[in-house]
Order: sequence, then C-alpha cells, then structure tokens
Amino acid sequence: MTAARTGRRKSPRAGVPRKLTFDYVSFLLVFLGLPLAIFLIFVISPFVQAVYYSMTNWTGFSPNMDFIGVQNFVKLFQDTTFLQAMGNNILLAIVVPLVTLTIAMIFASMITVGGPSHGQVRGLKGSSFYRVVSFFPYVIPAIVIAILWNMIYTPSGLLNGVLELFGLDMNEYAWLGDERTAMGATIFVIVWSMVGFYMVLFVAAIKGIPSETLEAARIDGAGRFRTLTSILLPQIRDNVQTAYIYLGILALDAFVYMAGLNATGGPGNSTLVMSQYLFRTAFEKGQFGLASAMGVVLAVMTLLFAAIVIGVFRLIGGKDEGGRS
Amino acid sequence: MSTETRAAVTIDRKSRAKTPRTRTTKETAGDKWVGGVSHVVLAIWSIIVILPMVWTFVGSFKTTKEIFASPFGLPANWSFENYVNAWVKNSFGQMFLNTIIVVGGSLVLVMILGAMCAYVLARFSLPGSRVIYYLMLAGLTFPVFLAIVPLFFILQGMGLLNTLPGLILTYVGFALPFTVFFLFSFFKSLPYEIQEAAYVDGASEWRTFFTVMLPMAKPGMAAIAIMNFLGLWNQFLLPISLNTNQDNYVLSQGMASFASAAGYQVDFGALFAAVIITIVPVLIVYVLFQRQLQGSVSQGTSK
Repeated sequence: MTAARTGRRKSPRAGVPRKLTFDYVSFLLVFLGLPLAIFLIFVISPFVQAVYYSMTNWTGFSPNMDFIGVQNFVKLFQDTTFLQAMGNNILLAIVVPLVTLTIAMIFASMITVGGPSHGQVRGLKGSSFYRVVSFFPYVIPAIVIAILWNMIYTPSGLLNGVLELFGLDMNEYAWLGDERTAMGATIFVIVWSMVGFYMVLFVAAIKGIPSETLEAARIDGAGRFRTLTSILLPQIRDNVQTAYIYLGILALDAFVYMAGLNATGGPGNSTLVMSQYLFRTAFEKGQFGLASAMGVVLAVMTLLFAAIVIGVFRLIGGKDEGGRS
Repeated sequence: MSTETRAAVTIDRKSRAKTPRTRTTKETAGDKWVGGVSHVVLAIWSIIVILPMVWTFVGSFKTTKEIFASPFGLPANWSFENYVNAWVKNSFGQMFLNTIIVVGGSLVLVMILGAMCAYVLARFSLPGSRVIYYLMLAGLTFPVFLAIVPLFFILQGMGLLNTLPGLILTYVGFALPFTVFFLFSFFKSLPYEIQEAAYVDGASEWRTFFTVMLPMAKPGMAAIAIMNFLGLWNQFLLPISLNTNQDNYVLSQGMASFASAAGYQVDFGALFAAVIITIVPVLIVYVLFQRQLQGSVSQGTSK
C-alpha cells in the first residue's frame, strides 16, 4: 500500500493497479459494468446489427433472412425518391448551418463588440435581453416548434396575417403546400430554433478572447468589420467548426422538424428527407433490410460530412495554428 | 471573465463622462448608426421569436372559428374550454404524467450511471478504458436512425417494447455518452490529494465516490443535468418508434399524433392549448435556470 501510494505520487495521472478486494471488484462491476452493459445493449449492439441487416432482405416479422450483399444499396441508388430525399438532406446540411451560424455570429458580435468604437471594447446596451429572448426557442421541444410553425404557415395563419398588415395580401397562400416555398419555409423554422443557442455559444467564446487582443486591434486602427473577420472569427474558429458539425448532423437527420411541418414529405416530395423515408420503409412497409441500408447510408454521410467540414476548416485556417484549442 | 468585463465597462463609462464633449460627439456619429442598426435588427429578431408565442397563447383561448377569422382578433370570451378539451378529452394529462415519469426516471439514472462511468474512466487506469472511451465517441456520432430498427426488436425480445421502463432504459443508453464525456473532463480536473486523503482515512471506493468525489463534481452535474433534461424532454424518434401504445404516449409524440389528427377534425383551439401545455413546463424551467442554462451551454462546448 505504501509503495503504491508513492507510485501514485510520482505519476498521479497514471493511477495504480489495485488489489482485487471485494470493495474494488464490486465497485468496478457496478460503476463501469452497469453503464457499459446498458450502453452496449441499447446503443452499440443495434448499430452493429443494423449494418448486418442492411445486407439482408429481411422483412422484419418473418424469420426468413437471406444475405444479399450490397443489393439493397444498389436498389437505393436507383430509387429516384431516395435520391431526391438525399439531395434535400445535402441541401439542408449546407444551407442550415451556413445561415444559422452567420446570423448567430452577427448577433453575437453586435452583443459583445458592437458598442462605441473608442475606449474599452464593449457591446450594445441592454444586450442581455436579446440573449435571453433569442435563446428561448432552443428550450421548446422541436416537434412543438414544427407544429407551431405549421399553424403559422397555414393559409389563414399568422404569417399571411402579418403580411397583410404590411399591405401584402397573399390570397391565403399555403407556404408549405407549394413546391417553391416549402423547403425555404422549412429551413427558416430550423434556423429560427437554433440561432439563439449558437448566439449564446459565440458570445461565451468571444468573451473568452483576451481583451488585450481586441484593444491592440483597435489601437492598430481595425474597424468593426475588420475586427470581426481578423480577430473574432479566427479566435473562435474551433467553436464555429464544432457548431457547423452539430448543425450539419441535425440537418442530415431533420426528422422531427419534417414530422411536424410536412409529415408526408411535402408537395412533390420537395421536403422529403432520408430519415422520413427510412421510417416509412421500416414501420409502414416493413422492409427492415432496406431501411437499415438507408440508415447505413445516413451514417456514412454523417461521418463524411464531419470529415469534410474538418478538412475545409483546416484548409481555411491552416496558417493560424497558434489559435486557442 | 464576464464580471471582469462588466467591471471594466462601468469604469469606462465614468471616465467617458469626463472626456470633453467635442471628442465624444465626433466619434459617436458612426457608433450611433451602428448601434441603432444593431438594436433594430436584434429587436426585429426578438419580435420574430416572441410573436408566435403570443399568437399561440391568445389562440389557445379562441374557438376554431375565431382562429380562422383573423390572426390578430382577440377571443370573444377567455374560457379555458380548449385546455379542458386538451387535458381531459385528449388525455394530455396522462401524457404529461408519462413524460414526467420517463424523463425523471431516465434523468436520475443517467446522471448516476454517467457520473460513475466517467469517474472510473477518468481516475483509474484500467486496460481497455481507451477503447471504452472511443466506443462512447462512436455512440455519440452515429445517427440514432441507424439503430432504430434493431432496437425495436431488442426491446421486443426483452418484453420492454411499448413500456415506460423500456423507454427509460433506451433514453439512458443514448444520453450516456454525452454525459460521460462532459463529466470525464470534470472528474479529471479534481485534485488527487483529496481522493488519497479519503483512502488514508480508510474509506472504501464506494464511500470515496459518494461522500467525497461526487459532491465536488456538483457544478458539472448541475450543468449536464439541465442539458439532459432538455434533450430528454425533446425526445421524439425513440418514443414514436418504440412506444406505440396510446396509454404510454409521452407529450412530444402525443402532440404529433394530435396535430396530424387535427388536420382532419380541425379542433385548432385544443391544438393551440396543447402547444401551450407542452411549452409551459420548459418555460418555467428556463426562466428559473436561465443563467445556469446559458452558462452550461458555454461550459459544455468550450471544454
């Protein structure tokens, strides 16, 4: 025991091999074994099984299951509806983070450094009000947000009412019922629900930048725009990257929003996403093998997306390796 | 950090008052413009956020006819009929109770199990703990959609399909990786001397964790508990695919099925009331914990 303790003192991070007493073994079994068992049964094993099912023609309720290799994947990439859904997902994954993070960044910089251009660098007055209000949609369950906006977009809903106030009579236009606006309206809802969260995140990140850096930029004559592009953005690049990946993954899923806004996939499948198609294939048509293949495609796309984002960010900020981590 | 900046602002404000007028006015011409535009933009966004809520709140007291008549009209009489309809007839009361059981149960479980797991991974060198760590990372990045089909049959095999305990266990499984990651760095940063002192005093591993280490991790636990509460209250995919028994519906899925049914029956008043019923609990939590919540957002992602 004494030897063990001195060993620990030398390298406190390494930990010590312990005697297998009842206390220690029971501790490990419960503390590590229990959470791990739940995690393996309910998270990891379904993932692994899904990959296997994706290569079978299983219909779920029959015991028959033949291994058919990549046939499901071939079928998927010949299915125009699936390809359309995939295209919609890609569009969402590009547009949603771009719009959300741009707005969030503009708001965050207004709040933190939007104040007077002389003296101490500071933000707008009364900015905490905006921060509290904009964050609010983030706490509302996404399905409720989607249903709420579904009601707003209905022909006699709030949006047409507001437009009428401004003298724009839309003649009971159905925003989600028209191919031209369904996707745009959907993207707006996701942006609406997420801007506040990322604004708060960026505000916190900007506050973490040493004030000397901002002062120095100001003394060197950097204006607001220059401060934003040359100081703020590079300094919080890691946060932006993480945010981009989170939002992209959310957009690649998008199931909750779509379920509340256009449960059937929108007019002419214009807002159909892969997750909706997967759900339908699995639980309505019972083609579980094919549905699992869609899940695999979705997972691969997610990983690919994260890899692309990390790669692009590395390209953009390659020179700036001294940034915070 | 934020208090420092705030202090600097007040000092600066005082010193600015003393500077000659001519200089300040010359410099603030552009400032006023930028400040004004910023305020207008942020105010417009605030309206875009608040207006739908107000509209829904007022709408929840209207009859369906009134809702379609004019979006800005006030209800003829403010009756709670819609709420009664939603709560009793459409069993939102039952769903509310189910949600509290499921979210409460899984929140408690995931906090205890997550803290235990993070503690062991962060503080003990075991063979394979790296592997476990990366396995958790994988669980965090893969889309739940990939797992949903096999999960259905796993729960069916265990007899837990369409039951609240089955839902709780699944929630715990999927909330675990995020919890462990967050608390891992937290436990790592706690001083080793205290843990040693507990051993020297003869405390067992169990006792050391529950009476010494866990209380020290309180701030981290609080932050992650808030994030988990929101995430679990928000769950939608897991209940709609694994919990199809109407008596066991949670609020989010009840909302969805009610909304799609309302598409035909058009009881919009009750739908508005149902939205308000679902929002109010989180609104209360948000107003009470607003500061901690925003704090936990910045804490959770900046590492």
